[in-house]
Amino acid sequence: MTAASAAAATHVRRRRRGPRWRRVLLHVFLISLALLWLFPILWTLYTALRPFGETAQDGYVSLPRSLSFDNFVSAWNQAQMWRFFLNTFVVALPGVTLTLFVSSMLGFVFSRFSFRANLLLLMMFTAGNLLPPQVIIVPLYQMYLLLPLPKPLSDYGLMYDSYFGIILIHIVFQTGFCTFVLSNYMKTISRELTEAALVDGASIWMIYRKVVLPLTRPALAAMATLLFVFIYNDFFWALMLMKSGDKRPITSALNNLQGAFFTNYNQLAAAAFLVALPTIIVYLVLSKQFVRGLTLGSTKG
Amino acid sequence: MSGPAPSNASAPPGPSLSGADIVPAHRRRYSVLTRRDKTMMALMVGIPTLLCLFFIWFPTVVSFGLSFTNWQGYTALTGKNIIGLKNYEYLFTSYPFFWPAVWHNILWLLTFVFIATPIGIFLAVLLDREMRGTRIYQSAFFIPVVLSLAVIGFIWQLQYTSQGFINSVLGRTGQEDVIDWLGNPSLNLWAVLVAASWRHVGYVMVLYLAGLKSVDPTLREAAAIDGANARQTFFRVVFPVMKPINIVIVVVTVIESLRAFDIVYIINQGKNGLELLSVLITNNSIGEARLLGFGSAIAVVLLVISLVPIVIFLTRTMREEAA
Repeated sequence: MTAASAAAATHVRRRRRGPRWRRVLLHVFLISLALLWLFPILWTLYTALRPFGETAQDGYVSLPRSLSFDNFVSAWNQAQMWRFFLNTFVVALPGVTLTLFVSSMLGFVFSRFSFRANLLLLMMFTAGNLLPPQVIIVPLYQMYLLLPLPKPLSDYGLMYDSYFGIILIHIVFQTGFCTFVLSNYMKTISRELTEAALVDGASIWMIYRKVVLPLTRPALAAMATLLFVFIYNDFFWALMLMKSGDKRPITSALNNLQGAFFTNYNQLAAAAFLVALPTIIVYLVLSKQFVRGLTLGSTKG
Repeated sequence: MSGPAPSNASAPPGPSLSGADIVPAHRRRYSVLTRRDKTMMALMVGIPTLLCLFFIWFPTVVSFGLSFTNWQGYTALTGKNIIGLKNYEYLFTSYPFFWPAVWHNILWLLTFVFIATPIGIFLAVLLDREMRGTRIYQSAFFIPVVLSLAVIGFIWQLQYTSQGFINSVLGRTGQEDVIDWLGNPSLNLWAVLVAASWRHVGYVMVLYLAGLKSVDPTLREAAAIDGANARQTFFRVVFPVMKPINIVIVVVTVIESLRAFDIVYIINQGKNGLELLSVLITNNSIGEARLLGFGSAIAVVLLVISLVPIVIFLTRTMREEAA
């Protein structure tokens, strides 16, 4: 290493770290901004922890005299929130599993066998996923009112107002993005591996199930996390395609619960916090998977 | 059909080897697929394709068709329901909420493009370095992204109500001087846009951080050796090589502003200053009002606008696949 390049290297290092006061300034800036960013959530928690009587007297911006979980308990019980959380899981668990199943099969075929039609099909799925759902809601709503569904799957014998219908539309809508990500990921799996298995006489199903799927596990985990949050957060489909308020998943149910059960802002805050909590926990526990799922689609692996 | 005849036909004439073994090179890869394998693959692709066609693309086409009718869904659709372009005519010339909704969608997009997205990119650039606490900062900015916009509507109502945080801090909680952030039609869109941007910033930040990580570090070092400062390095070196991710962010930003629905619906069902194209569709055709034809006409407008970012995204992907 010559003297000149050594000098350049230290120069680079110094430039990147910057002088001390600049680093301190950067941290002060970032800490304030981060606190500002978290403030609405912290404020929700604070409001939820305070009794209504106290805030009615002192105003919401005041120091607490007492804090308790009473609002959480009353919001939970009055609105019977457990029911709506249960509804969410009835939709989300099959929704996530089946979407992963369908899109991993599609991704497998698209990434292993390059028929000319594959690219076209992938485009069709991706474009469908990007479409605003409101574009198709008018005919879809009518279709759901017309399409029959046998009794155990629905109360009225229709797709409308059934969990099956909601799960199905989630699968159809999410498959696009999921397939896009999974097929990109599967392309990084060596072609020789699957071709060797094929020559050895393994069937397509065996190769998918025993060779490709195990190697795709990291991407599947990332997509499962992301899909769960997507489906948990869905407001639109269950609001439009379900009539019975008490069958709706929690996020869509918020629309009706708002005026009927949460009679003051302290209770509303408690409810909002309870609904936000599962996705926040999922993110904090699985942040790596979550971020990975989001970015896999945009950066190719 | 069995026997070597078909493969012999395409094999070049020459010294006769054992004919059955000669398979043209380009065919060999598929020749190991049995009929069962092919059926399996057809099922793997066929079933999802049919579902996607039936539940997404078929309604899209039907929406287009319905937009030329005055169908209300109570009786069967007949030729008498066809009214030509009347829905569009009414929409563009007389429907009082159409142009405000278009304008609100445009404002939504402009706010995302010129405020939320640049802040997200700025944060990504700030946080893309080895620094103590960078993970914690990233999480703080990212948490709103995991919340649904319906919950975000609730959370921000606590900031905006008459006795809420903002009015309290401004000292405007009295009966006559209270600021009605969510009720005043000239304010409420901006109030909602603050909440929506709060979420969008984190989304852009994470996408951009992933992009920045994939930039070759030697590029930056070369720029630094050449004496470029941080700003020049970003705008002249990093930003241009990030073109693929920039396109993704543009597409995400446009799509998110066209899809906006939940937050205005939870606040006031998209009325009184919060009209958006997406809400006009549902308000006109689902529930009490059953103007299916008219709602479809609005859906077609939204579809045509949405096709712009979708086509941009697809052509980019297509080009990459081809390369």
